[in-house]
Amino acid sequence: MRKGLAGQRLVAMFIAGVLLLNFPLLSLFDRPVTLFGLPLLHVYLFTVWGGLIAAVGWIVERGAR
Amino acid sequence: MLPGWLIIGASFAYLLTLFAVAYFGDRRADQGRSVIDNAWTYGLSLAVYCTAWTYFGSVGRAASGGIWFLPTYLGPTLGMALGWLVVLKMIRISRSHRITSIADFIASRYGKSHMLGGLVTIIAVVGILPYVALQLKAISSAYALLVEDAGSPLPLGANTDWWLDSTLYIALTLAAFTVLFGTRHLDATERHEGMVAAIAFESVIKLLAFVAVGVYVTYWLYDGFTDLYARAREHSGLASLLIFDSTGKIGYGGWFAHVLLAMLAGIFLPRQFQIAVVENVNEQHLRRATWLFPAYLLAINIFVIPIALGGLLHFGQGTVDPDTFVLTLPLAHDNAALALFVFIGGLSAATGMVIVEAIALSTMVCNDLVMPILLRSRRLGLSAQRDLTRLLLGIRRGAIVGVLLLGYLYFRLAGEAYALVSIGLISFAAVAQFAPAMLGGMYWRNGTRDGAFAGLLAGFLVWAYTLLLPSFAKSGWLDPAFLDNGLFGLAWLRPEQLFGLAGLDNISHALFWSLFANIGCYVFVSLLRVPTTAEAGQGALFVNVFRRGDSPPAGFWRGRAEVADLIPLVARFLGQRRTEEAFRTYARSRGVDGIDKLKADPDLVHFAESLLAGAIGSASARVMVSTVVQEEPLGLGEVMDILDEASQVRAYSHQLEEKSRELEAATAELRAANDKMKELDRLKDDFMSSVTHELRTPLTSIRALSEMMLDDPDIDVDDRQRFLGIIVSETVRLTRLVNQVLDLAKIEAGHAEWCNTDIDMRELVTHAIEATRQLFRDRDAEIGLELPDAVPMLRADHDRLLQVMLNLLSNAAKFVPAEGGRVDVRLTADEGRIRVDVRDNGPGIAPELEAVIFQKFRQGGDEHSRPQGTGLGLPISRQIVEHFGGRLWLESVPGDGATFSFELPLPPAADSE
Repeated sequence: MRKGLAGQRLVAMFIAGVLLLNFPLLSLFDRPVTLFGLPLLHVYLFTVWGGLIAAVGWIVERGAR
Repeated sequence: MLPGWLIIGASFAYLLTLFAVAYFGDRRADQGRSVIDNAWTYGLSLAVYCTAWTYFGSVGRAASGGIWFLPTYLGPTLGMALGWLVVLKMIRISRSHRITSIADFIASRYGKSHMLGGLVTIIAVVGILPYVALQLKAISSAYALLVEDAGSPLPLGANTDWWLDSTLYIALTLAAFTVLFGTRHLDATERHEGMVAAIAFESVIKLLAFVAVGVYVTYWLYDGFTDLYARAREHSGLASLLIFDSTGKIGYGGWFAHVLLAMLAGIFLPRQFQIAVVENVNEQHLRRATWLFPAYLLAINIFVIPIALGGLLHFGQGTVDPDTFVLTLPLAHDNAALALFVFIGGLSAATGMVIVEAIALSTMVCNDLVMPILLRSRRLGLSAQRDLTRLLLGIRRGAIVGVLLLGYLYFRLAGEAYALVSIGLISFAAVAQFAPAMLGGMYWRNGTRDGAFAGLLAGFLVWAYTLLLPSFAKSGWLDPAFLDNGLFGLAWLRPEQLFGLAGLDNISHALFWSLFANIGCYVFVSLLRVPTTAEAGQGALFVNVFRRGDSPPAGFWRGRAEVADLIPLVARFLGQRRTEEAFRTYARSRGVDGIDKLKADPDLVHFAESLLAGAIGSASARVMVSTVVQEEPLGLGEVMDILDEASQVRAYSHQLEEKSRELEAATAELRAANDKMKELDRLKDDFMSSVTHELRTPLTSIRALSEMMLDDPDIDVDDRQRFLGIIVSETVRLTRLVNQVLDLAKIEAGHAEWCNTDIDMRELVTHAIEATRQLFRDRDAEIGLELPDAVPMLRADHDRLLQVMLNLLSNAAKFVPAEGGRVDVRLTADEGRIRVDVRDNGPGIAPELEAVIFQKFRQGGDEHSRPQGTGLGLPISRQIVEHFGGRLWLESVPGDGATFSFELPLPPAADSE
């Protein structure tokens, strides 16, 4: 687990999270556009955040079995 | 709207509930049915990260900066993605070294240094005090808001100072709670099950309360998210909150810095370390926490922006402190019950943080600040004292009360100057200073104590200069002029634009410079010299904690110790009962019956030291253990040898070589055994064929003679008589053969019966010669006898020895020449043994036959000339002699006769009688 696939997946998720939640990718979504009536930036941040948590959860709980 | 007594009553009811939960948790822990041995509880208790700052401050931050409240929660999410790698390593290291705080972790890593532990403790206390003050401020202002809003006079005494007293009261109540469940007893692992249960419970309450007010604002006061956002967009002053950087000051660099800061704080805050590492029951719980904790953060943040927008829409900008929207919104809409619930939620956020932080800080203060000073200053006095557990508990309790009172003092002096978020971020930046020494210590073996010390000190000083002093200046404690003009009027020393670095907000600026100084000093000073033995040893143990498995790291010790010294030493700090329990468990795990049977080997010394480390910190434990243990320090080379991967590989290959050598040896043994088996098998076959051959010869003659007599009834009486005589003698020979085969089989299998008596060998030899005299007379041989005057008595089986003698004599009789044959028998006795020689003057035995004649059915001489005999006499004789511990051998010169000799050992003492 530690050195195995799950560990590498977690590191990959970490790197993906750092990239997705920072400049420059973040700036792409900073526009006066709304999605379902909500600002794109807020939707983007919470979606990426939620997605990251789900992915990490999937990785670690899978390894638990 | 809400009377003060109701709020105070509800608060106390809530605190009592917490007591009950904590008590329940402790009870269950004592019964061995832990409530916190559960991944969900562990994940929830980690949410102690969300303090009153989250609870009240996030909304305030969102109301002024929009999305900028988020980095504080995105950081831990990213950090926890690596939690299964980094935090797991911290847990594993802390467990194997019984580490109970960050200060202990760093001190232990860099060679169990008192200096480092003390420095880390000071940084932690100085850095965290504002944070504690923040919690007190949050509770007291929330309380003020509720009561003030009610517009009624205070129920308990009407003096104007009551406010201040109420905060002090809160601080003291929290101190009492923390003392009760944080330092109820001393435990080597420093775990507080009841406290963790209460924290998990608090996490649920604060989440429920916050979500309740969020739902109330979003769906009750307004028409959902879309409605709120639509109204905000129409509002001229609020549209800027919906884009990334409303102020345009901080920028993406600042965003990154805040995420990084929160990521480090999420792991290295003393309370996070306490909950995540020290209170961890089972490593596997970390799996769920890696997503449950971030998910909790997500859930508690969903309604932050709606509440902020709702508050701003309702009150307008600048009228009401946005930090209080969660309370003022329900109050403004006459929903007192919800406001009370929200207050309780805020109370639980604040108390949770204060309790865990106070416990973590008190452990550090006690183990890494006070104990080392006590050990140093009055070593003798301390050593004289028998039981120190009360002293330890007293120090910890004092530290808890002290931390809370200092927090209260900070609140009184500086609390009003700052918004919640700013205070919190100052503390975050302080604990971020631990990151280089901690992470470096876990992944880099060459970090030295000097490096860690220099890095921490530099980072701390830069932090104090760029964040703490400016915050003092802004509170009016210091002349604010130095902010604008720099220290001593030097512009490049302006604390918030150090070296002219502009364009960053004060937090990012301070974080950059402090970590720059910290990491720089850590790395460069570490690289100045080779690590010492202790540093290298601990470094390797920390870095390779996964590789070393669960074996205790006791390999770096050599010296002498007494169990009788170790146990009282530990008992002085842990108490007699707990110490004995711990040692008994250890003894059992070693497969030893009791404490008194334990050997004071390196493992035991390490065990005692780690027990002590749990109670007084690793550096102090080192000092205490060294008072009763005579140590021989290992050289650096030896430690590196033990540790080095190369040496591990070498050791493995050495083991492999040894294994293969052993295998080769085993193979050779097996081959030899196999050869022997084959030989034995061949011998058995030979034996069988010899036996059948020997049986067939007499049987053939018996049968032939009998048939002759049967076929020819007219055979005359003389012939018949002769034939019958031959038949009888052949039958006798057959019988003898069968008897001897049985005899030999019995002796060889160990089933023979021996009846031992005292034997006079003189009598036995004479008797044997008398019995065989006729044999010699028949062959015209002379027999000579040479006897000493007296021989000691021998204890053996008379008949068997006689059998040996008769056999040797009859053999000699068979081989003497037909004329002038002579056999000499000589009996001698020297110390401890009796020897009999039977010498004949026959042809002698060729050397190549000497070994053969002792084999079964093998006889001397060639096929034709060899005399009658079964070929079993000598093997049986040899077996008999060897049974009595003697030996039988042959000396022979071909052509000059042969001498058969045997000697028997005498019984040791009885020989004189």
